[in-house]
Amino acid sequence: MHSTNLATAPLHQANYAPKTFDLSKITLREFNQALHEVKDAAAESNWEVLNPKGSHAVAVGAEHAISIDVQGSVGYYCGGMNQNSTITVHGSAGPGVGENMMSGTIIVKGDASQYAGATGRGGLLVIEGNASSRCGISMKGINIVVRGNIGHMSAFMAQSGNLVVLGDAGDALGDSIYEARLFVRGSVKSLGADCIKKEMRPEHIAILKDLLDRAGISDVKPEEFSRYGSARTLYNFNIDNADAY
Amino acid sequence: MSYHNPPTTPRKSATFDEYAMSEIRRAAATGIYDIRGSGAKRKVPHFDDLLFLGASISRYPLEGYREKCDTTVVLGSRYAKKPIELKIPITVAGMSFGSLSGPAKEALGRGATLAGTSTTTGDGGMTEEERGHSKQLVYQYLPSRYGMNPRDLRRADAIEIVVGQGAKPGGGGMLLGQKISDRVAEMRTLPKGIDQRSACRHPDWTGPDDLEIKILEIREITDWEKPIYVKVGGARPYYDTALAVKAGADVVVLDGMQGGTAATQEVFIEHVGQPTLACIRPAVKALQDLGMHRKVQLIVSGGIRNGADVAKALALGADAVSVGTAALIALGDNDPRWEDEYQKLGTTAGAYDDWHEGKDPAGITTQDVELMKRVDPIAAGRRLANYLKVMTLEAQTIARACGKNHLHNLEPEDLCALSIEAAAMAGVPLAGTSWVPGKGPF
Repeated sequence: MHSTNLATAPLHQANYAPKTFDLSKITLREFNQALHEVKDAAAESNWEVLNPKGSHAVAVGAEHAISIDVQGSVGYYCGGMNQNSTITVHGSAGPGVGENMMSGTIIVKGDASQYAGATGRGGLLVIEGNASSRCGISMKGINIVVRGNIGHMSAFMAQSGNLVVLGDAGDALGDSIYEARLFVRGSVKSLGADCIKKEMRPEHIAILKDLLDRAGISDVKPEEFSRYGSARTLYNFNIDNADAY
Repeated sequence: MSYHNPPTTPRKSATFDEYAMSEIRRAAATGIYDIRGSGAKRKVPHFDDLLFLGASISRYPLEGYREKCDTTVVLGSRYAKKPIELKIPITVAGMSFGSLSGPAKEALGRGATLAGTSTTTGDGGMTEEERGHSKQLVYQYLPSRYGMNPRDLRRADAIEIVVGQGAKPGGGGMLLGQKISDRVAEMRTLPKGIDQRSACRHPDWTGPDDLEIKILEIREITDWEKPIYVKVGGARPYYDTALAVKAGADVVVLDGMQGGTAATQEVFIEHVGQPTLACIRPAVKALQDLGMHRKVQLIVSGGIRNGADVAKALALGADAVSVGTAALIALGDNDPRWEDEYQKLGTTAGAYDDWHEGKDPAGITTQDVELMKRVDPIAAGRRLANYLKVMTLEAQTIARACGKNHLHNLEPEDLCALSIEAAAMAGVPLAGTSWVPGKGPF
């Protein structure tokens, strides 16, 4: 069971100044290249990015256990394929934040656009505002916690992992879902094909409690959520189910 | 002597032919559309409908065996720091582990490497077998993202963003439960034994403007080292090629309707998409209009069988071709030596296409551990290398006869067509005439 509260942990634990990269003075390429060439993660664990100004592909392909604070809003695919790093966006994120992330943590202080955490395989994505449509699409093991609401078609074809939503979910939640678990505290406008409401058992309460703790959320209780998942009726093709597609 | 009620010869319908009637009976009995592997089986205008003119008084040929005819090709020179350099302009197309057995994937890697070319992963991730045995491996980036991870992106030699494929432009994939072994299931993060649907659209981008940003992201993750290919099915080749170039592709892969698939609906394979022959000239025109012909390379696939097909595709403007179905045949797919077993499956060697069922007697399109033992990766790889080399020799033979010292020097002016349709599609004159039907803007 994880107990580290990553979202609220001190951003700069080291007693030296972070490495600072000002994207108004250097190129995105120079920053990402530096990120890929970390020699000693322990010795250079705190990074700061200034003036992202909606740039796409900020901090993609990070591999090391470092902390990256992005001071402002980002465009598409921030933190794409992240491994081990903790990335905090002090602003909002464009489409595909944390896409295909493998591990580590990404925290978005504002809102996230479409496809947040798409195909993510591991790690924790925390969105403190709202997430737009297709949040967690095709997720494959990632944990996503959204403090606000999520848009339509979220968790489409979600394979595994957990999606936690403190607010409401839009239309067609969990359409064609496989084995991912969806926890929604508010209302669900509609469920997608083969997605059903399921019993909240003690093991689910435990999973949810852990995720809320790791996301730094202490003002809601796991018991306030409902669980949704696959009815597993579409797992093997059957012509009698054709109307469901 | 008199005739009374003379009988007419029994006549079967050309419209309701044997196949059409058998399909109606099959549909009525099962309630499910027919799923199969391979590409379009219907006859469509193809490279056989073109002929090379050869040298004469106006052109003089090169001497076979003495005068060099180069076959090398560089792919990805537009932006990639490390373009791919191939000895021959024939690559092995993307085919998934899951669809194919591990030994078959290994054999493809071995054969391609022996012949000096690349092979390609598929919708299932990268296996150690193919990475280990492929000197140059193209890693496919597909809508399903099964098995996608940054380590494999970085150890690939090129990355191919798959938008579509010729067998099913606009369609996703399907790997039925019977082929989902423990290993396949683990690679795809799904339970064993369930049907695995691959989405038809990418989960995190739509349209050419998004694609440009997606390509940027992949280049940033891989430090701009890898060539980025964009693969499209033969739907709207002029616009798809232009948009792929605009989005920043290094290479465009264009797959016509004869290109194979592991499994999809028969109706999709036979009724969606354009023949390979019809796709090449519009794609080349798009590259030429943008001033990018030979700067962004064009790889053409779908029904390439021999060196003549290679030479014709290159003469129409492609930089390279890709083979999938033909490579499987070289490994041993549909070999008459397994005829007894094909008969037991209700088919015959040469017609077997139920690749999705996992019962392939040749051990290629299966995950059955006993059947896959029939593929000796070393021997099968050797056969593939032999085949690739023969195709190259054949293409060189034709190019020399046309007076060309590089396969890329072949040109449309070296060709004529045997039918009006082929002449129109290929943009070359009908044989014996100077008539190019439909000549004008595409």
